[in-house]
Amino acid sequence: MKITKRMKVNYGLAQMLKGGVIMDVTSAAQARIAEKAGAVAAMALERVPADIRKQGGIARMADPTIVKEIMESVSIPVMAKVRIGHFAEAQILQELGVDFIDESEVLTPADNRYHIPKLDFNVPFVCGATCLGEALRRIKEGASMLRTKGEAGTGNIIEAVKHIRMINEEIALLKGNRKLQKTFAVRERVPLDMVKDIAKNQKLQVVNFAAGGIATPADASLVMQLGVEGVFVGSGIFKSSDPERRAAAIVEATTNFNNPKILARVSSGLGEAMPGLDIKDLDIKYAERGW
Amino acid sequence: MLNEDGSLLTIGVLALQGSFAEHIAALKKCKVNTREVRLPSDIEGLSGLIIPGGESTAIRTLLQVSGLDKAIIKAKDKGLKFFGTCAGAILLSSKIEGESNYSFGFIGAVVSRNAYGRQLYSFEKEFDIKNIGKFNVIFIRAPKILYVGKDVEILARDGRDIILAENDSCLIATFHPELTGDLRIHKYFINKISKNKNAKK
Repeated sequence: MKITKRMKVNYGLAQMLKGGVIMDVTSAAQARIAEKAGAVAAMALERVPADIRKQGGIARMADPTIVKEIMESVSIPVMAKVRIGHFAEAQILQELGVDFIDESEVLTPADNRYHIPKLDFNVPFVCGATCLGEALRRIKEGASMLRTKGEAGTGNIIEAVKHIRMINEEIALLKGNRKLQKTFAVRERVPLDMVKDIAKNQKLQVVNFAAGGIATPADASLVMQLGVEGVFVGSGIFKSSDPERRAAAIVEATTNFNNPKILARVSSGLGEAMPGLDIKDLDIKYAERGW
Repeated sequence: MLNEDGSLLTIGVLALQGSFAEHIAALKKCKVNTREVRLPSDIEGLSGLIIPGGESTAIRTLLQVSGLDKAIIKAKDKGLKFFGTCAGAILLSSKIEGESNYSFGFIGAVVSRNAYGRQLYSFEKEFDIKNIGKFNVIFIRAPKILYVGKDVEILARDGRDIILAENDSCLIATFHPELTGDLRIHKYFINKISKNKNAKK
């Protein structure tokens, strides 16, 4: 895959976010709390995933007024979500000047066959992936960053962990196995040179974060130790009893993910975490949206 | 590069957040010892410290909660040399335009954050750098260095704006040499440290 200058600066922005926490916010006030706590970016939303699950209905791109308000209230990068395949929503967000677009399964998908042709845009995209094939299809379409598709709004980390382990194991299996690399490329409908590249470097071409279900500093440490390069926290912060402290604690935990002493300190006395949901009780599994 | 006792130079990279892995990889290719710096005790024995690109507000917060801010000031007084890229340049500068936010003030430079605009205005372009030559420069939501003090040498400009500058203790870049695979600016920093060590002998 040819890397254009635009792709290089967009991959680069994702690299600058590494080791950091990206937080869902629904207002300028929440965005300022996130920034003060040390978030590396704010995800502008109308409703956090926990509320989307509860209220049901069609979840769409946020009202541009909210996105703009949030962009004006902080100096960190601002991201916003569009529905899978909804390139018109993406055109609107690019026009607003957001720094990153999340083509997200948390919103109701708009297209059952095609994701957004992301190479048509100058703004970078982050997309979810449950496995290596899905990750490569998104990179080929032009995603500059990936994240797991853990079940957002549940406070349950198991799905994100599953996706991280799946991708790690698939990358390891490809190492030095030319025959498998070929079969994999055909089966997953991705270019062989991309598969070879990953097999050789033992690493995805773009930055990969964990998203979905992160509610505690320990959750952040767990996914970082499994090898992701940063975390998204959605409902986990503003659905908890003390958002300021929890946000700061998750930031510190993400940096010091392998230091149990610091993790013990920042995990203490945070109050109630967000209320959780078991995966088997979910009406809709977001990870099944997109392919 | 060697220390006086013949051991390899060790250069640390502030690893709180941002492109620290890229800097570590670049330093390793330059054949120096490296260390990720997350705690005040990690600074012990370093000859240089790189403050990487990332989000300057996030890095500043983490510097304060870890107590690294005070440890870094102490190390500067003992002669530690610094290289800051993008967010790192902001943190090393003496003043951030229009903000009361803290910066170390190790180099007399006034910077303006996100001065080119949001991500859509990030770009890559070739510039001529003094003592180094043509260099592919990647700007990502980059700051601009607006003015520098008399003791600061300007190494490269983008029109009126300064993009690379140095004084005795610091080298600051508004861009990201760690993303290019081109090691010349990292080598320049390593030489800066060893030159200084030799001068002291």
